[in-house]
Amino acid sequence: MKRKHSFWPTPSGRQKVAALVGVAVLGLGLGFGVAHLAAGYIAYWGVVSGPFLLTLRVASAAMLIAGVTGVAGGYLLAKGRFPGRGLLETVGSLPIILPPTVMGYYLLEVLSPGTRVGGLLTRVVGHTLIYNSAGCVIAAGVAAFPFCMRAARAAIEGVDPALELAARTMGMPEWRVALVVTLPLARRGIGAGLTIGSARALGEYGATLIVGGDIDGRTRTLSLAILDSFTTPERDTMILILVLMGAMAMTGVGLLARSPR
Amino acid sequence: MTTVVPRAWLNWLGIPPWVWNPLSVSLRAASEATIVVAVVGTALGYILATGRWPGRGAIETVCSLPMALPPTVVGYYLLTRLGGPGPIRTAEVDLLGHPLTFSFHGIVIAQIVESFPYCLRLSRAAISDVDPRLANTARVMGLTRARVALLVTLPLARRGIVAGVALAFGRALGDFGATMIISGSVPMATTMPIALYDAIIDGTHHQAMVLALVQLGVAFTILLGVSRLGRVRAW
Amino acid sequence: MTAALEVAVTRHIGTFTLDVSFRVDSGTSVLFGPSGTGKSLTLALIAGLIRPDTGTISISGRVVTDCARRIDVTPQDRRIGMVFQDGLLLPHRSVIDNVALAVRQVKGRRARRTVARSWLERVGAAGLADRRPATLSGGQRQRVALARGLAGDPSLVLLDEPLSALDLEVRREMRAAIREVITSSGVPAVLVTHDAEEAEELGDVIIAYDDGRVTGTRPVARTESPERRDDDSHRTESA
Repeated sequence: MKRKHSFWPTPSGRQKVAALVGVAVLGLGLGFGVAHLAAGYIAYWGVVSGPFLLTLRVASAAMLIAGVTGVAGGYLLAKGRFPGRGLLETVGSLPIILPPTVMGYYLLEVLSPGTRVGGLLTRVVGHTLIYNSAGCVIAAGVAAFPFCMRAARAAIEGVDPALELAARTMGMPEWRVALVVTLPLARRGIGAGLTIGSARALGEYGATLIVGGDIDGRTRTLSLAILDSFTTPERDTMILILVLMGAMAMTGVGLLARSPR
Repeated sequence: MTTVVPRAWLNWLGIPPWVWNPLSVSLRAASEATIVVAVVGTALGYILATGRWPGRGAIETVCSLPMALPPTVVGYYLLTRLGGPGPIRTAEVDLLGHPLTFSFHGIVIAQIVESFPYCLRLSRAAISDVDPRLANTARVMGLTRARVALLVTLPLARRGIVAGVALAFGRALGDFGATMIISGSVPMATTMPIALYDAIIDGTHHQAMVLALVQLGVAFTILLGVSRLGRVRAW
Repeated sequence: MTAALEVAVTRHIGTFTLDVSFRVDSGTSVLFGPSGTGKSLTLALIAGLIRPDTGTISISGRVVTDCARRIDVTPQDRRIGMVFQDGLLLPHRSVIDNVALAVRQVKGRRARRTVARSWLERVGAAGLADRRPATLSGGQRQRVALARGLAGDPSLVLLDEPLSALDLEVRREMRAAIREVITSSGVPAVLVTHDAEEAEELGDVIIAYDDGRVTGTRPVARTESPERRDDDSHRTESA
């Protein structure tokens, strides 16, 4: 029984029609949006480019950190009992409903060079972590982390343990079992977590405002800029850019998670 | 501003007005929002979980948009839809006497929109997890669809549903971005997160510390309660 | 001569008690008995997937489990190969990758693949190298599982009801293949089955199980000579 392995599963007739309609609508909408976007972008490049590029850098860095730590945390929670497990679970889930300003407040407390912890961190890292892009990265990363972790945990728990058992008998050390068996089989769920995490990181507002300080050129991400220029014409362009970034991030991660090896 | 509990009691307990005012606004708004979300969210969750028609996934995705969109974008969208000229705004003025924007009920709407996905997704997942054979058996025994839902499916899914409502309540309490835009931090409608922000900006450290601590405690308690309800399936 | 395997363990699970002791010198030993008598549990203990309550297990003279001395070598370090009832091939990798992953005696992707390919040929699955496990039939899957179990140059290979999930016809076909591959590889094997025909055809020694204990051990009488299949005139009746 030989089956051709294509990138996409072969769609049925009805699905094809639905897909066509969806593509047409999307194309039209995107066309409009892109045209408006291009016009606005060109007109307001000066004002918009700063926040846009900053958001790009901040969100990418934040997602890198949140993704790796989230998957690691999810793996640990899924796999074993260890001291501090309850702590990881609760603290890791806090940012989901903790008000962003509260998170910003405590991040400020922890990272400020004035405090003991903050002073230590500042010395270790080499430069201050507040009122600059590093602070923004931390705020966005903390916002995205719980989603990545929870999704990763659920996905990893869903992997058939018998396959991991078989891999162990084949002689693979634990880390190889994780890399070769567990994580690849959990990639769908992990991808979903990264998707929603990146949406969170891109849109982070409250904590970024407090930890970053909304400094023009330094810490004014798109979310903040939209509010600051609420009464100006650039606002719509910024909103479009942010929404587009979110859509692209989510599609990109979704595709990556879906691809067969 | 009216409070649920008499002022005298608050003074006696030592709770200062700069805590109680935003706290009562937050609690009232979040309660109203959560009631709406709980009913609509659970109902829709039930429909999506037990239905069999195509497009279920699409509806859930669309309803989950507020989770993925930046709160500022959601707030902007609500502001233009509710505040801008149009049939919706005229309806608001007719019904309430004033537009929803920059008012208490505008906050409630914002919180409804932001917290709805949490309740919807969790209740849909919880209801999906209920063994369909149980519902089928009940139908065979002669119960109508409505009674099956009320007496069989929903009670069996109650843990997930309660978790969803609790999470939605917490999310409503903690909303900042969308609330900020819709209410414009008018004193009549200052919620706890906004009050904290004001305190940080004003530099009143003592107030900020207290406000932050109260909210942290509330969020923590809600999370603890939700985790007690058993392993909540991730989104 | 060091035994390929020495087992003397006890283990309680709920109300069931396993208490067995046996030894395998070479060839294929079959753990035979009805379902629920502890045969698969024994394999899991040998593989190190479960720990016994008391006792010792040695593979090729090396102690891998000793409860008294707190020795418990991890499954990955026991140098065993395992063939499961439903194959348990990694669904997201191709057949050749699945077998290559088990090869540990050589380094380097190409070298491992070469070893894997030769094993696939030996089990008669050479043409399946680039297929995905989901596209294989039951018999093909178990052939690949066998190749994977042997490709790692194990000191011992464990087979847990390798043919039970297959159709009767396929099962009969596969028996000869399994027997041939295992004996020609020279690796000692422990095979679990509840099928009497299978036990007789595949085993050199039968270890009978009942209710968690070994009730007897006997060698299998082999009446066939190597030329049986093609030349009748050379056939000799054994005594």
